Amino acid sequence: MANIISDETIEYVGILAKLELSGEEKENAKQDMEKMLDYIDTLNELDTAGIEPMSHVFPVQNVFREDVVTNGDGHEETLKNAPLQKDNSFEVPKTIG
Amino acid sequence: MTKQYETVIGLEVHVELATKTKIFCGCSTAFGGAPNTHTCPVCTGMPGSLPVLNKQVVEYAMAVGLAANCRITQVCKFDRKNYFYPDNPQNYQISQLYLPIARDGFVEIEIGDTKKKIGIHEMHMEEDAGKLIHDEWDDTSLVDYNRSGVPLIEIVSEPDMRSAEEVMAYLEKLRLIIQYLGASDCKLQEGSMRADVNLSVREVGTTELGTRTEMKNLNSFKAISRAIEGERARQIELLEEGKAVIQETRRWDDNKEYSYAMRSKEDAQDYRYFPEPDLAPIVISDEWIARMKEQQPELRTEKLERYKSEFKIPEYDAGIITESKHMADLFEATTAICGKPKKVSNWLMGETLRLMKERDVEADALKFSPENLAKLVELTEAGTINSSVAKEVFEQVFAENVDPDKYVEEHGLKTVNDDGALQEVIAKVIAENPKAAAEFKGGKEKAIGALVGQTMKAMQGKANPAKVNEMLRAALK
Repeated sequence: MANIISDETIEYVGILAKLELSGEEKENAKQDMEKMLDYIDTLNELDTAGIEPMSHVFPVQNVFREDVVTNGDGHEETLKNAPLQKDNSFEVPKTIG
Repeated sequence: MTKQYETVIGLEVHVELATKTKIFCGCSTAFGGAPNTHTCPVCTGMPGSLPVLNKQVVEYAMAVGLAANCRITQVCKFDRKNYFYPDNPQNYQISQLYLPIARDGFVEIEIGDTKKKIGIHEMHMEEDAGKLIHDEWDDTSLVDYNRSGVPLIEIVSEPDMRSAEEVMAYLEKLRLIIQYLGASDCKLQEGSMRADVNLSVREVGTTELGTRTEMKNLNSFKAISRAIEGERARQIELLEEGKAVIQETRRWDDNKEYSYAMRSKEDAQDYRYFPEPDLAPIVISDEWIARMKEQQPELRTEKLERYKSEFKIPEYDAGIITESKHMADLFEATTAICGKPKKVSNWLMGETLRLMKERDVEADALKFSPENLAKLVELTEAGTINSSVAKEVFEQVFAENVDPDKYVEEHGLKTVNDDGALQEVIAKVIAENPKAAAEFKGGKEKAIGALVGQTMKAMQGKANPAKVNEMLRAALK
């Protein structure tokens, strides 16, 4: 394997993803990521000069809706998914900002 | 010995668009609904939901881009900006990084007689986040997703501003352009217009930019002004002490008049942008751009010129009336009904401004209708009510948008044009005030004032003072 994920990188990715990984999980994740990067290297072997980057898998464009209200009061449906709720709102650990 | 410093400022302005629905779903954008009542699986980021772009968002963004002299990106698309925070249920914000809708524009500001172009780097469309309410007692926060998915445009300027004054002029210019386009109401206090300030300082004469900080949480023009002064002073102090300015995001505390570093290193900003696969690219044809240009309404500068030439309104008055789209609309609609632009302008410039100041009302919040102002103009012009009664009626129109015809009728405020009745009252007033009458006859011109006052009082204000004056003079000859 050509690509090496350092301990620092896996730590940083863990912080970004808000995941606390055990030592074993970190090692597994490192291996998975290294394989992914190797695969990208394989793709990079292709000559893509002059080819427009693809931003969407289907050949569609300008998919719009008109500016008309179609949804009613959705709070009951929405809050069904809340582990904790209070005053019609999701209740979460205190967050500053 | 003391070094001279120059402040270099760029702005990121977020504007909430005036659409009826959110950017990617058919939920209402109405302000003030009970928490989470304007939500659905799309704007709460439920797995498997599919966003569909609101066409009006693209058109508003194009309109603002064109009015700010930008180049429209004819193939544009959305990207995901990843960050983790409870106000953002998807854990990413749908925004635009690689192909924003508009680029390379400018607006012109005026400071005194000096004109200056402020460059617009780019303008992109994105969705707003939900709102967090922090419970002071519990150790919890409450999340309301009504605002999640409300369409925004972010306007990123070039670092072209050098003072708080220029920043104010730039924001004011943007506000006027956007309001006139009808793309947003741009209310700083209500959060429909928000500005983040990027600021650095450098020694006068140097061309290299200093390290900048970004300040957030600025929700009034005054706060922006104070934050600029405060941050400038903080950075200069650091440099004078031989310390370095650290590139970071700071939160302005307007009560303490100081900014605080917001994010720790642990929370490094790494948004890992990538193309949004759920939304199709947007292709904007030349025809579409041409159509948007054609539809562009009259903007402030054009309107001001037209008021001067078409209605013969002085520059100063036209400037004040057109400073708010709402007031300009009121002026034009009222003038269209009564055909007396100068009179309408006088009501706006006089009593309206006076009451706005007295009662702390913003021009955008004026609630009287053109119909009722036009009726008042006509009542006054026809001599049905005199000017002091008209002011009294206007206070009611201003406060409650009352119908002046009805109000005058119900309160019996019509000027009495019955000469006979007036004659009787005048005779009585002269009889009761022999001293003043004698003085006037003896050549003391001023004495007539007291007699007019007494007559008006006896008439309960419902007489035409000029006519009373004239009839008194006749009676005292």
